[in-house]
Amino acid sequence: MIHIDWILLIAGGWLLLATASLLVLRATRIVARWIFPAGAALGLGLLVVALDAAFSPAEVAELVIGLPGLPMHLRVDALGAYFLVVIGVGVCGTSLFSAGYFRTEEGTAPGLLSFEYHVFLAAMTLVVLADDAYTFMVMWETMAVSSYLLVTANHRLASVRSAGYLYLLIAHIGAIALLMCFGILQDNTGDYRFSNLRSLRLDPAWSSVAFGLAVFGFGAKAGLVPLHVWLPEAHPAAPSPVSALMSAVMLKTAIYGLLRVCLDILQGGPWWWGMVLLALGLASALLGVVFSTVQTEMKRLLAYSSIENIGLIVTGIGLALTFHAYGMTALAALALSAALVHVLAHTFYKSLLFLGTGAVLHATGERNLGKLGGLIRSMPWVAWLVLAGALAGAGLPPFVGFISEWLLLQSFLLTTILPNSFLNMLIPLVAAAVALVVALAGYAMVKFFGVIFLGQPREDKLLQAHDAGAWERLGLLWFAGGVLVLGLMPTLLIELVDPVTRRLVGAGLAPAVHANGWLLLAPSGLERASYGPVAFLCGVGAATLLGVFIARGFFHGTLRRAAAWACGMAPLPVREQARLQDSAEGFGQPIRQIFETFFHVSRELPAPSDARPRYRVLIEDRIWLSAYLPIARAVDATARLVGRLQQGRISIYLLYSFLTLLVMLLLVRA
Amino acid sequence: MTLSGAVAQLLEIALALAGAPLLLGWVDQCRARLQNRSAPPLVQPYRVLRKLFHKESVVADSASPLFRIAPYAKFGCMTLACAIIPTVSTDLPLATAADAIALVGLFALARTFLALAAMDVGTAFGGMGARRDMLIGFLAEPALLMTLFCVSLITHSTSLANMVETMNRRPFGLEPSLAFAGIAFTIVSLAENTRIPVDNPATHLELTMIHEALVLEYSGRHLAMLEWAAALKLFAYSCIGLALFFPWGIAEIDSPLAMITALPVLVFKLAIGGVSLALIETISAKMRIFRVPEFLATAFLLAVIGLLVHQLLGA
Repeated sequence: MIHIDWILLIAGGWLLLATASLLVLRATRIVARWIFPAGAALGLGLLVVALDAAFSPAEVAELVIGLPGLPMHLRVDALGAYFLVVIGVGVCGTSLFSAGYFRTEEGTAPGLLSFEYHVFLAAMTLVVLADDAYTFMVMWETMAVSSYLLVTANHRLASVRSAGYLYLLIAHIGAIALLMCFGILQDNTGDYRFSNLRSLRLDPAWSSVAFGLAVFGFGAKAGLVPLHVWLPEAHPAAPSPVSALMSAVMLKTAIYGLLRVCLDILQGGPWWWGMVLLALGLASALLGVVFSTVQTEMKRLLAYSSIENIGLIVTGIGLALTFHAYGMTALAALALSAALVHVLAHTFYKSLLFLGTGAVLHATGERNLGKLGGLIRSMPWVAWLVLAGALAGAGLPPFVGFISEWLLLQSFLLTTILPNSFLNMLIPLVAAAVALVVALAGYAMVKFFGVIFLGQPREDKLLQAHDAGAWERLGLLWFAGGVLVLGLMPTLLIELVDPVTRRLVGAGLAPAVHANGWLLLAPSGLERASYGPVAFLCGVGAATLLGVFIARGFFHGTLRRAAAWACGMAPLPVREQARLQDSAEGFGQPIRQIFETFFHVSRELPAPSDARPRYRVLIEDRIWLSAYLPIARAVDATARLVGRLQQGRISIYLLYSFLTLLVMLLLVRA
Repeated sequence: MTLSGAVAQLLEIALALAGAPLLLGWVDQCRARLQNRSAPPLVQPYRVLRKLFHKESVVADSASPLFRIAPYAKFGCMTLACAIIPTVSTDLPLATAADAIALVGLFALARTFLALAAMDVGTAFGGMGARRDMLIGFLAEPALLMTLFCVSLITHSTSLANMVETMNRRPFGLEPSLAFAGIAFTIVSLAENTRIPVDNPATHLELTMIHEALVLEYSGRHLAMLEWAAALKLFAYSCIGLALFFPWGIAEIDSPLAMITALPVLVFKLAIGGVSLALIETISAKMRIFRVPEFLATAFLLAVIGLLVHQLLGA
């Protein structure tokens, strides 16, 4: 019973910090220097406890608080512990960064912001701990509301308020689906404890309905297509550390819920469940990555990239569910490991990227890619650390993003023996789509990093940009270190997800990986496939040094600095030179042209005679235009119709009551 | 790690570093002959490298350290790629470090570094080159991956050494999926090595160039490293193609004698490959940049069809 007590203590600590920050509402220094670092220390504590809990037997606890006769049931098992690790990792780095970030008020008093922030942390932790549907839903809603308040921290801007509204709306539609899902799962027993839900054997049709509701509810939180529209609105609106936490950690609680319901409570289902998740995941991944390459706002770009990553994770889960349905435990473990490793990998690099945008935003006050550039010279710390995140996000070896990609592709490749020939044909197509998504993610990341940090500054004020402070660097270093270290030691990750896959699909990769030592990742035998990141890095490093050595040997060593050559163009003033660079629109243009059907593009082209030509292009989501807007209009129209009932005269309302009574009486008689 | 393995590994790296410019010279020579021009000497690429190494390096004022690291990083990536591809032997200690997927990742890493370096100086051409190179990359990379998967499905492995060994031992027979994969691989190699019809390595016309636009700001030793790396890349691609689709003659574990015979076989195969590359470049015309995605999408689809054909016929 030791781990769960510690975890509860940590969550309680966060709540204490939240209360304390209410006492120092306007004291920015105290909040920044004491409360956020203390929160980070608790995050580190959570990480340590959860790492230990991951390899220990499950523990349960009962809290007396709650409704009368309905105590809160808590439980920490391998699956929960894994996601607690994710929370610990994300919180530790983000809180460190926040200690340096919240120096000025952003519409909300720092104390209040810190209150919402720490309540959010405690709620996420308790969502993962919850062992009955009641606790789960209460914590789920606390998480949604506190994150809504965080998103709307800068509530004086109308765009921020509407983004927050959209988020809250979709979060609640999702929550209703979850409520119904748990309602079906309890099968009229009235007992909402997960242990009871697990023991019930539902009718296949009902369990499929429950599965559908769970996918809808958790999909709304995770940002699966077509419920993804809130992400690109909410992330740019929120302060950067909040975006980092939401994207890197909160979306993962939805993945946790999906795994908990599909593989733990329902214990898998027919093969087409996997196909549903596979299709949704791939659609999200493809749409997310294509949209992220054409964005011109840095946080929107990252928000779409989060949709892509969630899509890849869900693809992995879908594959695991399919294999599980056919009883192929080893393959299911491989696919599920890929998904779980990607959960942690994405936490590391997406936090890093979002926090990097926060540092850039603070230094320049600019979030539009078209007005940034050249920051590697004025902000070297942020630039080089973010580069690690960008390379990981592009799925490049030897960073952590590559490991999950590698595992996922391996699980596709080993699928030659499904007893369903239709699926056998489908699997290569899915593998091809995944490969395309990963390659496009590289495009988006080059655009992100190149346009912000490389080239000439596109505005004069960028020359005065200052590098991040010590706390911010510490937060960035935490994530950048993780991106590299875990990238080099994939066996640690396999070790960590092994208890989870064992619990959920009944097999793990750890024994196969152990056989080849900790340097080499070979989940299905050395002769089938292997990847040794340390040897890989040493190989590249040694070969690079060989290159330097050769060059030094040949070369007399002089190097001259001069104006850029640019095909012999006469040197322009820096400002004009900067205008000649590819803009964010320009860099995304090839993708926009190739994937034109994905977008709804409206252009405003200048006439040849314009003295001040203006070029405007607006890229919109077809789903937003063709699904959301009609629904919104229909709701508006219905509301207007219903509004006619509202006359404001008491006599009319009495008439309504009378008529209602009459109808009721008639019904009762009949 | 066996002694013969270590020897084979070092031999492969040395062979790649020394032989790659020769392959480039051979292709250039064949191309000149086919186009009725007087051919440059076979050692011309070495002379170019020597000339560049002895020139002064001029670096733009606005360049960051990334700009100076990138050529060496690309050279390192390409050298490692040549080291893990079985050219004369399949008994390579480094081969376990990276399989076919990691090899594609290695190429992508090199591409990303160079694209970032091109954007670093902040000229119009650098950004344009980076964008075009990434455009080619995002289609060529999955196509290459799918091509390698076609072979992986037959050999049940993604380890390059294992794939080559299995292909080598297989009784000779025409595999339809391999035919698709082979065509796809040819297209991808043309695009990845900046060859006609996708890009022209000899062009210096600003509006059509891709690779040249990327390396426009480089000079002296940095350019030499990049030229050498480009030669290594061509060598690596030729060797993967030969090793997977024409694997005969590559030595296996514990047969140091076979390595000695493997070398002339490899040279012969590369010579034939060089002639066919020159032939393709001579009989085709350079495409407009926006035809390139269609061309590469063809390769991607062919490779996927190859996978499907294998599933239909083989599984």
